[in-house]
Amino acid sequence: MKQTLSVDLAGIRLASPVVAASGCAGTGRELAGLTDLRRLGGLVTRSLTFEPSRGWPGPRVAETASGIVTGVGLQNPGVRAFVAEDLPRLARAGIPVMASVGGGSLQGYIRAASILRGEPGIVGLEVYLSGADEENRGLPFYSRIDRMAEVVGAVSRLSTVPVFAKLPALLPDLVPAARGCIRAGAHGLTLIDSVPGMAVDVRRLRPRLGAIIGGLSGPAIRPIALAAVFRVAQDLPQVPVMGVGGIATAEDAVEFLLAGAWAVQVGTALIVNPSAPTEIAQGIAGYLKAKGLASPGDLRERMRLTGEQPARGTSAS
Amino acid sequence: MRRVRAEILNARRLGAFQSITLVAPEIAERARPGQFVSVAMPDDRRFILRRHFSIHQASRRGGWAGTLEFVFDPHGPGTDWLAEAKAHQFLDVIGPLGKAFAYPRGPSNCLLVSEGHGASSIFFLAQELRARGKRVDMVLGASGESHVFKPIEAKRLSQTIVIVTADGSMGERGSVMDVVPRAAQTAGTEVIYAAGPRRMLRTVAEFCIDQRIPAQVAVEEEMACGTGLCFTCVVPVIRKDGSGYDNLRACTEGPVFNPARVFWDRWMSEETRPVPTPPEGFSPVVSSWPA
Repeated sequence: MKQTLSVDLAGIRLASPVVAASGCAGTGRELAGLTDLRRLGGLVTRSLTFEPSRGWPGPRVAETASGIVTGVGLQNPGVRAFVAEDLPRLARAGIPVMASVGGGSLQGYIRAASILRGEPGIVGLEVYLSGADEENRGLPFYSRIDRMAEVVGAVSRLSTVPVFAKLPALLPDLVPAARGCIRAGAHGLTLIDSVPGMAVDVRRLRPRLGAIIGGLSGPAIRPIALAAVFRVAQDLPQVPVMGVGGIATAEDAVEFLLAGAWAVQVGTALIVNPSAPTEIAQGIAGYLKAKGLASPGDLRERMRLTGEQPARGTSAS
Repeated sequence: MRRVRAEILNARRLGAFQSITLVAPEIAERARPGQFVSVAMPDDRRFILRRHFSIHQASRRGGWAGTLEFVFDPHGPGTDWLAEAKAHQFLDVIGPLGKAFAYPRGPSNCLLVSEGHGASSIFFLAQELRARGKRVDMVLGASGESHVFKPIEAKRLSQTIVIVTADGSMGERGSVMDVVPRAAQTAGTEVIYAAGPRRMLRTVAEFCIDQRIPAQVAVEEEMACGTGLCFTCVVPVIRKDGSGYDNLRACTEGPVFNPARVFWDRWMSEETRPVPTPPEGFSPVVSSWPA
């Protein structure tokens, strides 16, 4: 049996199912000296906005139990500068690039997506939906399914490459939100975004982040991410899902693939261990071999679910 | 920059500080003063971020060739764990990282100012400056005697030295800035280098700008990745053309900066402002949870 690590996500062919998550791979220049970039399945850029953003003032990171809370605030050079400066370098390195698109308004998303439209070297888009919506009292885009669908739909119609909507885990109606994004035109989903989190410096009586509330990532959120992937994959088995949240080892990645993910993203683990994606991909290959399976896709629906199944979309508590 | 599994050659106490010497020839031969190394933590995932330490010594010649020393003040998980590390244990180390101090071109009198374990990179710098025929004078500040970093070696490395402690337990009582103007005057200082906490760097920077003394400062910013991936260790730096400022990564575009271009007011406000102002343009981070 010929074994392969390659996966096909709505037409995006990746040589490995392990992708660098948004915001954790720098500009593409930094990792080059530390790991073989060609062995990455792909790379999601930090979220790009139409206008450059300086992001939040510091401190931007606080370490907590088995995780980190970060509040970077989408610091990025703007989508035009990315296309002019970072993208050619990434394309030369031969990595499939998915661009993460952010914005503060529908118009912001449309402008950013227009600049990325048809750019060679970009194999897919990921839509960041945790930002504050200027047109909805600063609430995150994901707080309303119709608003999410509006943004995802607009980006999808503009895009010439597959579009993935990145959703947070802690939505009261995650499965309907996932369905809403797909119905609006998204080709796949990325689950999950970091979990809202906070840390306080009790000695100095101050929040530990400049942003006050940031996003928790790392091993602490892995079970949360896994449950989200499982719920959505059960409901939408034909939709490509990239699982992300605290994956640091091959075993972690296999958990997600068994729960229904088509590929995985590695974020916090990458900033701790630059060769984590390569090590994880090798470990997945070893696992597939040991189980006599041909490709990562064979792991989907392999999980043995015993006993009574909860109704789809409900959260068993 | 290289990533290596480095053996600990020696781990010892230095007053309040802990020192670790590694066998890491790939890093030592490239290391320059001001640069740092990134050390991985145990993989039990209790705390996950790598820890970052400025390079105190990188030996390229003699019996210690190929070794690298860094010094830290144990505080909290990570540094406490590292303080327990013993000789012959192996560490996952990436380095050298970051921008080094630049050496002055012409013959110059250099004043090296540091506080606490900021001195660790300054000693390395002092050796390299002396090897280039520069005059080195030092101001060594600390909270108290146990935090004065290697005072005897400091004397050996510099023409003149002023030690100043907040509690007066060693040298003069006061802060670094109480003595810098006098030390600079006495030594005929032409260039100032400084390493230490933000507040101290700012006072030194103001003096240098006021006196028109060229200077470089090494910041002690908490870093997450150390390699430029995560954009968490940023310092606001004014653009060369003065058209505004950019948040530059201390790990990649620093940790050595020109203090005349650091946007001090903005950077200092992070330590004092109770509620932050959102970034210009739009505020992308979750600000409230949907009702």
